[in-house]
Amino acid sequence: MTNPPEPIVELSGIAKHFGGVQALRGVDFSLLPGEVHALVGENGAGKSTLVKILAGIHRPDAGVVKVGGEVVELRSPAQAQALGIAVVYQEPMLFPDLDVAENVFMGRHPRDRFGRVDWKRMYREVDQLLASLDVSLSSHRPVQGLSVAEQQLVEISKALSLQARVLVLDEPTAALSSHEVEELFAIVKQLRERSVAILFVSHRLEEVFKIADRLTVFRDGKHIITAPVSEMNTEQIVKHMVGRELSNLFPKGEAEIGEVVLEVRHLNRPGVFADVSFNLHRGEILGFAGLVGAGRTEVARVLFGIDRAESGEIWLKGKKVHIRSPQQAMDNGIAYVPEDRHQYGLVMNFSIAANVTLAILQQVSRLGLLDPRREKKIATEYSSQLHIRSEGVEQLVNALSGGNQQKVVLSKWLGTNPSVLILDEPTRGIDVGAKAEVHRIISDLASRGLAIILISSELPEVLAMADQVIVLNEGRITGTFARSEATQERVMFAATGQDR
Amino acid sequence: MTATSQEVERKKKRNQVSQARLPGLVSRVRELGLLIVLLLIILIVGVQAPRFLTIDNFEQILLSVAILVIVAVGETLVILTRNVDLSVGSMVGITAFVTAYFFKQLPGINLLLGILLGCALGLVLGIVNGLIVSFGRVPAIVATLGTLYVYRALVFIIAANTTTQVNAYDVPASYLALATTQIFGIPALILIAAVIAIIVGYFLHTSQSGRQLYAVGSNPEAANMIGIRRDWLVFAAFSASGLLCGLAGVLWGARFATVDATDATGLELQVIAAVVVGGVNIFGGSGTILGVVLGAIVLGTLQNALNILNISQFWLQAIYGAAIILAVVLDAFITRWLRRTTLSRRKKA
Repeated sequence: MTNPPEPIVELSGIAKHFGGVQALRGVDFSLLPGEVHALVGENGAGKSTLVKILAGIHRPDAGVVKVGGEVVELRSPAQAQALGIAVVYQEPMLFPDLDVAENVFMGRHPRDRFGRVDWKRMYREVDQLLASLDVSLSSHRPVQGLSVAEQQLVEISKALSLQARVLVLDEPTAALSSHEVEELFAIVKQLRERSVAILFVSHRLEEVFKIADRLTVFRDGKHIITAPVSEMNTEQIVKHMVGRELSNLFPKGEAEIGEVVLEVRHLNRPGVFADVSFNLHRGEILGFAGLVGAGRTEVARVLFGIDRAESGEIWLKGKKVHIRSPQQAMDNGIAYVPEDRHQYGLVMNFSIAANVTLAILQQVSRLGLLDPRREKKIATEYSSQLHIRSEGVEQLVNALSGGNQQKVVLSKWLGTNPSVLILDEPTRGIDVGAKAEVHRIISDLASRGLAIILISSELPEVLAMADQVIVLNEGRITGTFARSEATQERVMFAATGQDR
Repeated sequence: MTATSQEVERKKKRNQVSQARLPGLVSRVRELGLLIVLLLIILIVGVQAPRFLTIDNFEQILLSVAILVIVAVGETLVILTRNVDLSVGSMVGITAFVTAYFFKQLPGINLLLGILLGCALGLVLGIVNGLIVSFGRVPAIVATLGTLYVYRALVFIIAANTTTQVNAYDVPASYLALATTQIFGIPALILIAAVIAIIVGYFLHTSQSGRQLYAVGSNPEAANMIGIRRDWLVFAAFSASGLLCGLAGVLWGARFATVDATDATGLELQVIAAVVVGGVNIFGGSGTILGVVLGAIVLGTLQNALNILNISQFWLQAIYGAAIILAVVLDAFITRWLRRTTLSRRKKA
């Protein structure tokens, strides 16, 4: 192109924080008509925050948003839509009970001169839209029962019917089969022809090379680089993605690595992960690295008996075990601290004491009734051991900070006296100082002989803490590194599924 | 690539086949099922008791469900939005009593004025429900359980300060005639219920707001994302439910002629039974007025059949309960089946 076209969307100096976490630190970003612009970055780099600002879900703390050259404030999703910005989420936001056509036109049905919904025109227009996308999907089908790919098509049709000038695709391919990805890309190319600006958020680099014209890398909430994809190669991109700095890291102390505690052989759960094998030793921290959706949490869920593997073996201390429920996992000495504290880990309106003893009710009960004194005693013990800062163990956990809540969850599981502790993103969403403290506790636990699996999306954390790093990509182990060999580049290469 | 494109073609064809069958089947499955159940009841009972099969008897059945249908139509609007109105029985009770008492005190008053009074009273009570749920952020099941008791208590208080019972001879004949008049040989009560059902059914199908009621119940978050004003729609649904209860109360007084403070107690259970059996998802988002009307007729026919077959009325309760559970299980089954077809098609190629 001789004359560079005016950007449709122009963001400058956008900043956004959530609690103590700075998600975006003054980024500049622009989208041109007729381009596919890929946005890549590690988990937590700020991609989703940017998408949500464009979608009108979050409002930036600072910065200017321009759409079509005019300064706008995106106050609500409806307003963003009205300005021609359409967002297709990984799991589309549709109305399952209604049919395809109504999902496209909900809120703005075509109407006849009496103000009645013009069903015929609606179906005709949606049929035309779908046909123009070369899609064979009936406009009469209820959305409930459509595949994710088909639901995305409904969202894209909606964007087209809105005359959207900007289409944001947020990790659109994560739940699609390879064939469905091809079909989606064909449509994306077609939209590019129609001068739509497309923001393609993905961590699959091969897809970025296949579809994108330009590429932007975010890291730690900062804009790192924007360049034509043709001028970049995988190595350069990965280099820009990694190199996150994490202050106050607490490296793991020396711990004696003992005998094998947990041995996993060829674990399979179709569609989720395949052929996962590893050994975990006493006193060892085994890091699970990988991007969101790589299957790390899913492996943990199988080990803890929440889901079942289809095949494969789990050996604990030399004995083959069959774990069919979390209760059995606990009986076998496995504890799992899930990622979402609010949803799974804590009863928010219970006291610290009640939460800490939740998994060991038998120990604090007498004749089947809770003994509040024992409850308090055990809770106080852990509270001082892990330095839980509170006004006492009777305090409700929803009044605690994220870091202290995490310590309460840890106490709860330590009470079960586990030999294997699985930690899923233990420092997500907690502030820097508390992170270091959680790291210190984890290191401490390992030196006491606990075998620990640490699932973390923060590379520096994994590298600092883990004795051994296992990298997963799309449900397969794509790399195993000893502490001395693990570098951010190597791990990121394996995590993005690149062979080297 | 030829192999792949062949596969694509095959897949497309398979999709088209399932597409052709699926939508009609799923959306109409409940109405069809209810019709079949209805025919089965009529057949089985008809063989055993020929007097069941008279036009007169069918008229009786329709008369017995007419008021229920009016209330159920309002309840449908509420349940579609993923809420529930438990106070309908109390609202019908209070408007029935107040309207009857009004006519007793002012026998010479214009008939229409009394009807409007009843409707207005129902509307106010519905508005109160709507305010508590939509803007007070109280879960509907709690809010309307509360107003169920409060509204019923109000009837007792009113009765205690006026008269314990309004009798047929207390009210003008023109009021009672509301329930007995025939237009073209069809009882007015049935016609009124039919007109209400048609109007609301038409509204749900052809108005923007009607469609948005479905959206709000189907996925509240997604509705919010496209700027649908959920609070107002929920508020409107509760208000409409109150209004229809008001109308139903007016007709209740006319039909039963003798009204006291306990009238229409427990009606909410029959109403919700009719709505759920009629195929409205108790979690909102799907269902039709046609289904609800059929649901009410099926339950009414069952009741009538038990009567004619001389089976104890106690059985009725059990049958109502079983019908609700059956309907919900059927819903869950269909939903799960749909999801499973999705899953199997999501498996990686």
